[in-house]
Amino acid sequence: MTLALTVDKLHKVYGNGFEALKEISFSVEEGDFFALLGPNGAGKSTTLGIVSSLVNKTSGKVSIFGVDLDEDLTGAKLNLGVVPQEFNFNMFENVKDILVTQAGYYGINRRTAGERADYYLKKLGLWEKRNGAARMLSGGMKRRLMIARALMHDPKLLILDEPTAGVDIELRRSMWEFLCELNESGTTIILTTHYLEEAESLCRNIAIIDHGSIIKNTSMHALLQQLNTETFILDLENDLSEPPLLEGYVVRQLSENTLEIDVESQQGLNSLFIELGAQQIAVRSMRNKSNRLEELFVSLVDKNLNQEDS
Amino acid sequence: MNAQDLLVAFWTIVHREVRRFTRIWAQTLLPPAITMTLYFIIFGNLIGSRIGEMGGFDYMEYIVPGLIMMSVITNSYSNVVSSFYSTKFQRNIEELLVSPVPNWVILSGFVLGGVVRGLGVGLIVTLLSLFFTDLQVQNLFVTIGIVFLTSVVFALGGFINAIFANSFDDISIIPTFVLTPLTYLGGVFYSIQLLPEFWQGVSQLNPILYMVNTFRYGILGVSDINIGFAFSMIILFIGCLFTYALYLLKNGKGIRS
Repeated sequence: MTLALTVDKLHKVYGNGFEALKEISFSVEEGDFFALLGPNGAGKSTTLGIVSSLVNKTSGKVSIFGVDLDEDLTGAKLNLGVVPQEFNFNMFENVKDILVTQAGYYGINRRTAGERADYYLKKLGLWEKRNGAARMLSGGMKRRLMIARALMHDPKLLILDEPTAGVDIELRRSMWEFLCELNESGTTIILTTHYLEEAESLCRNIAIIDHGSIIKNTSMHALLQQLNTETFILDLENDLSEPPLLEGYVVRQLSENTLEIDVESQQGLNSLFIELGAQQIAVRSMRNKSNRLEELFVSLVDKNLNQEDS
Repeated sequence: MNAQDLLVAFWTIVHREVRRFTRIWAQTLLPPAITMTLYFIIFGNLIGSRIGEMGGFDYMEYIVPGLIMMSVITNSYSNVVSSFYSTKFQRNIEELLVSPVPNWVILSGFVLGGVVRGLGVGLIVTLLSLFFTDLQVQNLFVTIGIVFLTSVVFALGGFINAIFANSFDDISIIPTFVLTPLTYLGGVFYSIQLLPEFWQGVSQLNPILYMVNTFRYGILGVSDINIGFAFSMIILFIGCLFTYALYLLKNGKGIRS
């Protein structure tokens, strides 16, 4: 098993004394689609900043594909592509020049860089804008430009720091497809996002960071199995005058034809539908009240907060 | 990265720098041309005709090398300080920091960008001066050598200024309060032989005096200072400034948290 990223006892104290990371350790396997989640100020950006050498660490070790940043920074950076959270390209440059210039920093000559730029500009729907100034792009296009820029040197590890922030749902879905395609072609991806359904649908493994510590590091499947209760919203075919009594379930009536039901993990949905059928209640549609990962995330972070308080 | 990759990275930075200042030529190339033309007309023609000779030369001839050097100094410095500070301000310095480009290549690329602008403006001013005086270069090696090295010194100075700058105000303080006075007092408009002995001694502490006078020596063949000493001092400055800038880059001063 090759590790794309190894973070070992990473510690960061900023100049003002703020301890952003408390000796965190985790690793990401080659080919993984890995989510690094956490509330604002938890330490995600600091971690990714250190990995991409934008932030100086206080202590600890970081290796990219086995290359230690302290021993061979240049070698480690060759395998890394970074899509930061904030737009950080020169807004006055033209779109294609931004890509060609970035490739040049990796020693890629202008001809090859031009060909690659054309490929990604077409692939990410920026071809029509290639000769315009970057500042004229829409928010979604700027995000795609940053992804294209990070891919110009074909990195084996791609870090995406909230790549779909402020992007409309249609575009977000097309970006998900592109990222999945990229991951399937062998690129290891580390994603941070506040859209937890994004992490749930894309990522296979996850680490949750809070107050500078890793509070969970497991597979997405194993994490979701820890969810004890899920809440479902049921739209009914017919109106009800009062909430039905369903044995073993907590039921709340939201409107005449809408119910909210808590389902324990061991109860399952089959028995719920049997109960509803027995009372001649027909269900037209059903959905989760909130994203499953979101529920877990909130409970884990709250738990961590309570532990710190006590 | 092998030598070929480093060379590509280096030229990429230089290319980007040159593209930047040529794209905004009305802010970078045109103003010094206008300013220097005004200097030639006012100081050279109007006032100069009443001054007569300076150091054995017509006053216009005497000030042309100084004015060329002044524009080289100002533009080499301001190109790097504004470009590097802008990359910090817009955060596109991160493009370079996440890439495998070594610090010495980043520094050299920005410096050469500044040198290209400095020498480009110097050439424009030289061509303009030909409308006002007949310029005969006495020593081509000294002329080209000193103008190039001076440009490197001030490009490095601009880079260091940009590293420490936290606002756009910070990038104009040094040019306004240090560079301009030192340049004006560096023998651009007069020979230090005209000064009392005490002020001649004080003037010799001004490094720009050596640069201007060496350049004047290259063109006119006269100088107030020792040329060998001037070259040695400038090379020493370049060594010290380059090492210090690399040290700042390595420690991430102003660019890494």
